[in-house]
Amino acid sequence: MKISTIKELLDADVLCGVESLEKEVHSACGSDMMSDVLAYVKDQAVLLTGLVNSQVIRTAEMMDMVCVVFVRSKRPTLEMIEIAEESGIVILATKKRMYEACGTLFVNGLNNTKD
Amino acid sequence: MGEYLNFHYDVDGENFVSAGQASVELKKTLRRLGLPPETIRRLSIAMYEGEINMVIHAGGGEADVDIYEDKIVIVLKDHGPGIADIALAMQEGYSTATEGVRSLGFGAGMGLPNMKRYTDEMQIDSTVGEGTTVTMTVYLS
Repeated sequence: MKISTIKELLDADVLCGVESLEKEVHSACGSDMMSDVLAYVKDQAVLLTGLVNSQVIRTAEMMDMVCVVFVRSKRPTLEMIEIAEESGIVILATKKRMYEACGTLFVNGLNNTKD
Repeated sequence: MGEYLNFHYDVDGENFVSAGQASVELKKTLRRLGLPPETIRRLSIAMYEGEINMVIHAGGGEADVDIYEDKIVIVLKDHGPGIADIALAMQEGYSTATEGVRSLGFGAGMGLPNMKRYTDEMQIDSTVGEGTTVTMTVYLS
């Protein structure tokens, strides 16, 4: 699924990385616990979270994730956006809650979640 | 033992916001050296978990990364409270982190298990009241 499709499905704003919206993602992970995210390695992944601090972006960076979606209308800080820009990570923000956002992506085909 | 490269990092224990800086630097270095992406990711995650652990449990510490022809060894050393029961600390889900740390997204009891998961060997040497040294090795095939 392209990041641009995620943006459309979640009716999300693009906060940085607009030039990378045509990148493909193959899996997704939804969590507010970064250590749980770090236990889960997939290529070309997107992270959905309601947690807002710079370690969210660091975690995505360490995992080689290509996109972070902030749910529940959460907005990252300017510093977080700067770190994401340096790392080439797309940041999206949606009003949808975690459950709905994850479910929407899953039923639309982003369901390669098997180990 | 052969020639090797050593990189030393100081981990500031005062600032959670900037935690992970050493891991970012290590990742850049490993990329420059041209290591395979999967190896870089494993080492970066293990280093990052270790760095976060030092910040939230031990007030910081230091990391040494030795890069040999056939392996990479990360040694994380802190002077924190130490780990009383290492077997218990290695259990997934066990954590002594505070609610404050959990609200920041860590303290799920996955740090040490993740470090072991992403490395080929891991050894923990800890003395209560003196500190902890974690040695992790990833072999380059």
